[in-house]
Amino acid sequence: MKSICFYFQIHQPFRLKTYKFFDIGNDHYYYDDFTNDYIITRIAHRSYLPANEIIKEMITTYGKRFKVAFSISGTALEQLEQYVPEFIDSMKELVNTGCVEFLSETYAHSLSSLSDPEEFALQVKAHDDKIKALFGVTPKVFRNTELIYSDDIATQVMAMGFKGMITDGAKHILGWKSPNYLYSSAAAPKLKLLLKNSKFSDDISFRFSNTQWNEYPLTADKFISWIASLPKDEQIINLFMNYEALGELQSRESGIFEFMKALPRFAFQQAISFITPSEAIGKLKSVGELAVPTPISWADEARDTSAWLGNTLQREAFKKLYSVAERVRLCEDRRLKLDWNYLQASDHFYYMCTKHFNDGNFHSYYSPYETPYMAFTNYMNVLSDFIVRVEEQYPLSIENEELNALLTTIRNQATEIEGLNKEIRMLKNNIIHEEAEEKEAASKDDVKNNIKESKKKITQKRNKSTK
Amino acid sequence: MKALMFGWEFPPHILGGLGTASYGLTKGMHKNGDIDITFVIPKPYGDEEKGFANIVGANCVPISWRDVSWEYVENRIGSVMNPQLYFDLRNQIYADFSYLYTNDLGCIEFSGRYPDNLLEEINNYSIVAGVIARTIECDVIHSHDWLTYPAGIHAKKITGKPLVIHVHATDFDRSRGNVNPTVFAIEKDGMENADHIITVSNLTRQTVIEKYGITPEKVTTVHNAVEPLSEELQKLEVNKSKEKVVTFLGRITMQKGPEYFVEAAAKVLKKKHNVRFVMAGSGDMMEKMIKLAADRDIADRFHFTGFLKGRQVYEMLKASDVYIMPSVSEPFGISPLEAMQMGVPSIISKQSGCAEILSNVIKIDYWDIDAMADAIYSIITYPAMYNQLRDEGLKEIDTIQWKKAGAKVIDIYNKVINNQ
Repeated sequence: MKSICFYFQIHQPFRLKTYKFFDIGNDHYYYDDFTNDYIITRIAHRSYLPANEIIKEMITTYGKRFKVAFSISGTALEQLEQYVPEFIDSMKELVNTGCVEFLSETYAHSLSSLSDPEEFALQVKAHDDKIKALFGVTPKVFRNTELIYSDDIATQVMAMGFKGMITDGAKHILGWKSPNYLYSSAAAPKLKLLLKNSKFSDDISFRFSNTQWNEYPLTADKFISWIASLPKDEQIINLFMNYEALGELQSRESGIFEFMKALPRFAFQQAISFITPSEAIGKLKSVGELAVPTPISWADEARDTSAWLGNTLQREAFKKLYSVAERVRLCEDRRLKLDWNYLQASDHFYYMCTKHFNDGNFHSYYSPYETPYMAFTNYMNVLSDFIVRVEEQYPLSIENEELNALLTTIRNQATEIEGLNKEIRMLKNNIIHEEAEEKEAASKDDVKNNIKESKKKITQKRNKSTK
Repeated sequence: MKALMFGWEFPPHILGGLGTASYGLTKGMHKNGDIDITFVIPKPYGDEEKGFANIVGANCVPISWRDVSWEYVENRIGSVMNPQLYFDLRNQIYADFSYLYTNDLGCIEFSGRYPDNLLEEINNYSIVAGVIARTIECDVIHSHDWLTYPAGIHAKKITGKPLVIHVHATDFDRSRGNVNPTVFAIEKDGMENADHIITVSNLTRQTVIEKYGITPEKVTTVHNAVEPLSEELQKLEVNKSKEKVVTFLGRITMQKGPEYFVEAAAKVLKKKHNVRFVMAGSGDMMEKMIKLAADRDIADRFHFTGFLKGRQVYEMLKASDVYIMPSVSEPFGISPLEAMQMGVPSIISKQSGCAEILSNVIKIDYWDIDAMADAIYSIITYPAMYNQLRDEGLKEIDTIQWKKAGAKVIDIYNKVINNQ
């Protein structure tokens, strides 16, 4: 029996405001609040909220046989909490149906998995804590930023305790193999892999309303019949896409919501079920191992990381950012840590991409900047200010290791002082006790003396009387 | 196909971008093959490159009959013209121009520059064009910029061949809107008489359509390109100072927006000290700019070189870390392309025609000195920015070739010839 596994991505970065070089050192607020508010509110109202309603309706109608998974980045959650709090409530309702699974990812939708294992682990934990705090569930399957995956990352994810991971069914990795099976990682065989079926996913998220497409219009009936006609033993069709595909990329008027609503009916007719990633990993058996020595992603034709780290600008910005990673982790300033998160969002690097100067322009569609060069300049100005602030916390002249040692001493000092305090308290108590004892002893002596004296007097009196 | 072109400047004796563009285009057309170009200029010096076009000097064309011997002609103008052509031309004198001042060969002297009696020179050029058009056969006439429009129109009337005019600039660009009515009239007359109009950018095309009231179908944009660097220039080495150098290179006139550059420099210098600014060129706003730099208290870091030519231009570029062209209105602007060829990252105003075809440059509004200062700061501070702009710029510039522009012009020729 075939199963469809839906996973929707929700992510929004904190976009930066225009930040000129003369602001460096003077202005420490980096974000374009107006744009961020405008974009998240617009997308939420056009896509996230109505789509949530549809999914809830589908779950009620089909008696919990319809299931989906979500991955929401920490930065998106923060913005949603701030600007569209009703979305969080709506999501809680979905979680309560028991048909919705949350995936784990990095808090900042960052590229830390490519350069900094320590940061990577910290961010995954921060994200999962946030999900737990908001929705009361703990994610079990991992999804990396933009589905970036490699053997190296697999080992790290495995070490964090995840059983499965989601990535792209890139052609140059799969070769003749089909993405419609469960695989496992060659580097960490216990880690199961779910691969995106690009053809079917993109039919919905990119081609659905394209009138030039020879399959236009796409109906639920037709779509399910394609899936049903796949070879019998292909088990799982992974439809991974950005949540804004429903309502934003494909507008409400295109009929995308009606299409979604009709999917389960036709699927159940053909005995196709819906499944969440963790169920799939529990139920299905891996058909083989996949080795991925260089990182893959779900972006562009090349399916590699060149959209974020393809040119000199991007690599320089990336290097500069992570050069202070260790330093930032030593800091305790809350605002600094927050900025550190926001600056890591992969989007900032995506805006610097020069791959599509002439064609496509898919990149520039999402970019708030006119050119990649503007994106770089603005980001670097902000980053320069950020680094200045990090240096203000601890002078650059001290090496990280030395600093670490000093900080350990400082932190240990607190416990040491407490220990010493305790000792002092104890000693003080002892002294008090002793004094009391002495006093007691002294009073005892007094009494004894008194008695002695009395006795003496008595004997003296007695002697007198006998005389 | 035979083309008769009228131009005003030709390298190596050039005063502005017009000469460079006319030369590059002619050479590019020649590379497409099967085209014979006669290029008329007011005053050749004899050291012009001749391989790809037959250069005719207007100052060697007789308009008044003189009885001179072959030897005499060869002796006088043999270095710039074949004596046979002189005699052929002499046979075609079509009216009595003896009231004009002519020399011993019956020719009018031209300065070939932009003298005070420019209008008279333009008129004389047009008289000469009459003789040339009667002598030299052609299929199409091509006039470069307003100075030669009257000559083109005259040649068209005589031969009945189609006229293409090439708008390298309009008076709206040169004057920031304070148009000289005489020049405007000559330009409009040229455009109306032309069978087709070529503009060097969509920006200029828009001006031609909107300000001169020309139907859009008649106007086509052919963007300029740039000649590959000679080997000598590729090997050019200069002593680079340890300080960063930001260069403005061009005429210091209202059109080029020099004051915005000074203001941006002042902003950068507030934050950054190891940088120098250079304003290379001359023009009527130079003194004002020197004063402005002094007013902003940056004169110790802001330098004026005066007019540079030939090799000096390339040496200046080679020594620069940033090239900037904040033109208020620039029909095209070839110099950023030359800067990119020398591996210098460039900042150009969005109001420049070349911004339409360049990707690996920084584009800003000419009035936005904050953005301009920010772009300068970014290039001199972040090595990745400098490297990316330099390397990608070099790659990009290799694809912008005169041959492609030449092919487009030939297409237009075919169209107007077939429409006749």
